[in-house]
Amino acid sequence: MKAPLSWLKDYIDLDGVGIEELANLLTNVGLEVESVQLVGVEKPEGKLKNKYFGLSWDKEKFVVAEVVEVNQHPNADRLTLCELNDGTGITTVLTGAPNLFPYLGKGRLEKPLKVAYAREGSTLYDGHQPGQVMTKLKKTTIRGIDSRSMICSEKELGISEEHEGIIELDADAPVGMPLVNYMGDVVYEVAILPNMARDASILGIARELSAVTGRPLCLPEGVAMEKGGAIAEKVGLEVRDAELNPRFMLGMVEGTHARKSPYWVQRRLSLAGMRPIDALVDATNYTMLEIGQPLHAFDYDLLRERSGGKPTIITRTAYAGEKITLLDGSEPQLDPQIELVTDTVGPLSIAGVMGGGETGVHAGTRSPLVESANWNFINLRKTLSKTHINSEAAYRFSRDVHPALAETALGLCLKRVREWGGGEVVQGVLDEYGKPYEDTVNRISAQDIADVLGQEISLEESTQILERLGFTCLIEGSEMVAKSPATRTDIETGIIGQRNLVEEISRVYGYERIAPKRLSDELPPQIGNPGLEAEERIRDIMVSIGLQDTLAYRQTSPEREARLFIGRKAPEALAYVRLKNPITPERTAMRRSAMATMLELLEYNAKFRPGLALFELGPVFLPVADEVLPHEALRLSIGLTGAWDVASWDRPQSKAMDFFDLKGVVEGLLDGLHLEGVKFQATGHPSFHPGKCAEVRVGEEVLGVMGELHPQVKKNYAFGQDAVLVAEFDGEALVRLSNAVFTNKAISSYPAMVEDIALIVDESVPAEDLEALIWQAGGKLLVDVKLFDVYRDARLGDGKKSLAYQLTYQAFDRTLNDKDALNIRNRIVKQTKNTFGAVLRSQQEIR
Amino acid sequence: MLEIEGKLQAELARGIEALQTVAKVESLEAWKQEFLGKSSLVMQTYGSMGKLAKEERPVIGKAVNQVKVGLEAALAEKEEGIKTASQQETFTKETLDVTLPGRTPRRGRIHPLHLTLRQIYQIFGDMGFQIYRSPEVETDDYNFTFLNIPPYHPARDMWDTFYTEKEGVVLRTHTSPGQVRVMRERVPENIRVILPGTTMRYEQLTARSEIEFIQVELLVVGKGITFADMRGTLNDFARRTFGENARTRLRPSFFPFTEPSAEMDVQCFVCGGEGCGVCKGTGWLEILGCGMVHPTVLRYGGYDPAVYSGFAAGMGIDRSTLMRYHIDDIRHFRNNDIRFLEQF
Repeated sequence: MKAPLSWLKDYIDLDGVGIEELANLLTNVGLEVESVQLVGVEKPEGKLKNKYFGLSWDKEKFVVAEVVEVNQHPNADRLTLCELNDGTGITTVLTGAPNLFPYLGKGRLEKPLKVAYAREGSTLYDGHQPGQVMTKLKKTTIRGIDSRSMICSEKELGISEEHEGIIELDADAPVGMPLVNYMGDVVYEVAILPNMARDASILGIARELSAVTGRPLCLPEGVAMEKGGAIAEKVGLEVRDAELNPRFMLGMVEGTHARKSPYWVQRRLSLAGMRPIDALVDATNYTMLEIGQPLHAFDYDLLRERSGGKPTIITRTAYAGEKITLLDGSEPQLDPQIELVTDTVGPLSIAGVMGGGETGVHAGTRSPLVESANWNFINLRKTLSKTHINSEAAYRFSRDVHPALAETALGLCLKRVREWGGGEVVQGVLDEYGKPYEDTVNRISAQDIADVLGQEISLEESTQILERLGFTCLIEGSEMVAKSPATRTDIETGIIGQRNLVEEISRVYGYERIAPKRLSDELPPQIGNPGLEAEERIRDIMVSIGLQDTLAYRQTSPEREARLFIGRKAPEALAYVRLKNPITPERTAMRRSAMATMLELLEYNAKFRPGLALFELGPVFLPVADEVLPHEALRLSIGLTGAWDVASWDRPQSKAMDFFDLKGVVEGLLDGLHLEGVKFQATGHPSFHPGKCAEVRVGEEVLGVMGELHPQVKKNYAFGQDAVLVAEFDGEALVRLSNAVFTNKAISSYPAMVEDIALIVDESVPAEDLEALIWQAGGKLLVDVKLFDVYRDARLGDGKKSLAYQLTYQAFDRTLNDKDALNIRNRIVKQTKNTFGAVLRSQQEIR
Repeated sequence: MLEIEGKLQAELARGIEALQTVAKVESLEAWKQEFLGKSSLVMQTYGSMGKLAKEERPVIGKAVNQVKVGLEAALAEKEEGIKTASQQETFTKETLDVTLPGRTPRRGRIHPLHLTLRQIYQIFGDMGFQIYRSPEVETDDYNFTFLNIPPYHPARDMWDTFYTEKEGVVLRTHTSPGQVRVMRERVPENIRVILPGTTMRYEQLTARSEIEFIQVELLVVGKGITFADMRGTLNDFARRTFGENARTRLRPSFFPFTEPSAEMDVQCFVCGGEGCGVCKGTGWLEILGCGMVHPTVLRYGGYDPAVYSGFAAGMGIDRSTLMRYHIDDIRHFRNNDIRFLEQF
């Protein structure tokens, strides 16, 4: 909402309040100032906290002047030479403004034209360039005639974008007066909060200023109105449903001319962001901006013609198949929920939203019939959600307008129509007020206020604040009784009504005056968040291993996730949480695969670094049959590709990572979480290389799957030569099975014995099983088993492999000797022979 | 003085002098042969001791000993000197250009938004707040209705919502649904929690606006909780986050689930309130919205608003992290460009 200062001053005396100070007052009361436009006036001095823009008009250079004669330029048809009096004498000014053509050749003008005049050397906006480009007036010669100064358009002065013609000031403008003194202004653009829609009006903003400054508010007065009378002879009124249309009023003026409004009206409308049209339309718009009640004006003669006699206005919901063409040319689909204003012939407008193109006031209107109505805002919002129409009226009605405003607005509007458009107000008004609004009444004590704020505010001060906001207050003992003003519908009753009042009192009292305190209530029962703690532990472990933490978008598309599969096609249909209104075709659903996210991250980053090691911890969204909400399952994904080591200047890039690098990372994680009984088992998975894929399990529970990406899946992404290694884990299982507490192993103070053995076994014997048996056979003196070589050779025999282990023996109570070592080794050799047919290779062959 | 004594003295002087010309360990051998070897004067003298007169023996014995010790000491000193010099030479050969870059180990880093979250957990943890999380895909009831935003309420315009194809299910537009969830779970106990998590809004993706972002919400419910408590708590938070001298201000605002509602600004930590590009010249940065929990929300949570009161506050951490590190584009957080992440 844009509020010109000159307009605010119609209702409140703001003398002595600085431009910047006023902006801060507005912000502090809840009307955040987004920008301040300077129209001619100078930017205030000092440290400014608000955003300023606009043009200042030099008092010496910009003045009110009068054109006394308009003559043709001798060498150009479309240019005129004006004889102009700027208060110091007559000069000739060249202009091309079309609105001066009618005065050509009329000789001395009977009524001189008052204009905004810029002398040589003025700095103003260039009217011929788009946007606002500063230019300085200097002498030029146009078709043989010198031009030094200018008669200005609104665009050149920074009032609006209007550059079709020069400004024609009102006749009482004093010649020679500095222009800024005559019509300089400041426009505050304020953000209107949803609960302060009543302030989408100049008077609303003035009322807030009155409350916060304590200066009195001066209300405008409209024409006196009485119900019925002559107007009832001219038009009928029927409201079918008072729920949807609580109030409908009609008033009328006869004998108007749809001429231009006075210039000060046009300027105010422009500054407030609305385009001036003519006196009739301007009167409705001006009144809406003034008090927040939208109005609409019909051409009565057209209505009469349509109906073939006395018209009747009927408000009702639309019939199936009804049609309307609106002012903006659109033809929205109507249905029986949509409330209309109609006559006996058909729809005239969509109630509270926009009028029809056929029956509104126009250039030839003689008898404007003014509608001032109130509409159910919830029904109107339903209409808007279907028709998507934006209008100033809809903006206000959709935020609920008090029905009393209909009456105030009609009186004001009729007065303006008569003053600016001429004619006489038809006696009487029609008023269907089927659902009178009852203003709420609340009782509140100083204690009630202190209970919410933690700050004592006297009942007297609270009362004064509410009264300045328009409440009617009465103090009864320790309580105040406050009746809400007939301008707002947001104050409820009961405990909520009290809270509404506390908000009104506190925001005007000033939040800054409420002294801060530290919480002193009893602490709640202490409930930890072990899940979050475990997640953060996982993050720390992964980072300590050397992997980069990432954060995933939740929104993706099934097509993107289908890249996980050969031929970009999932083996089975997957259920997704799909969006009704996706922002882009790339993000139409919630992700269900963390691995898909990880592959995209690797793909995106592979071009930037020769090696990547990433992880991501976050939810996937799995729809659950018969459940309203999906299961948000925590997933940990790991992605590796390229070299682990970062190449340096004297050391070449190391080999690209493979399955065992990934396995090492996974083992590091599981070790860090102190998971017990973990097993890796070869498995199949559509996204992985059939021979390089494992699942990780604890007992029967599968924690996750890991492996090298299937070459044909890899083709779905822009990867290079290097293998792509990915793992996806069930984060909840990791969190659940992790042990924050574990038994620390003692360290022996006796020396350890280390020896190497190599066992030849069939290719089919899993290394993990062999190692498990070594541990078992070794007994408690065996403290470490490390595989250091896997060897295959024709000499070993077909289908055989040799696994070489470094074994460490140690006791807690003595130093072991060769005999101990021999015993342990013999047990290992014997048992592995019995179970797997293992053969011991001779010591010499091993290393 | 016996003749031999004079000879021995001369031998010592000659040996020390000869030693001075020796520069290498190998040359020392020859010197040793000459002065301490079998045929050296010293050793010869020892060998001929038996032939000496009895009274001469102690005198000459003492003299030869002195010379031997002198020569040996000189030798030891020389050997040490040569070793040091040769080591010095090796050091010179081995000297590195220490300004060459080190070998970079692979290093993992925590994502910047997770860093911010951890900082917030720490600060509010110190103040006795617990952490409560709730679903990212929410029902319309929890996201709106229970928060005092019934269908077709003007306040619904405040959020651009992603709707799912399932009727009544949306992507949560704020972490506030967690307020009612935690209340229903903990009623009638006092509540002091923070609600962190990802939220989603239908907005254009630009350098300044995201469709997904992380919010942290605060909720305190108890008997006698006031606006003054809220101000104090938030001031403490601001000081812990932005420094001991951080100044804040509260402006009236509107949220359907709080009343009275406010917006808290902190004095710009970049320019100290003078006005700069980060604060767009205003000297203030908007950091959070807050207010006293609306009676309707308390009721939906199972708390009687006549007995209990509370306050809530919500902040977007993406924006504050942007400001903190002067990050130029909010989309970096979820694009996970390694060149961006590596800087933290």
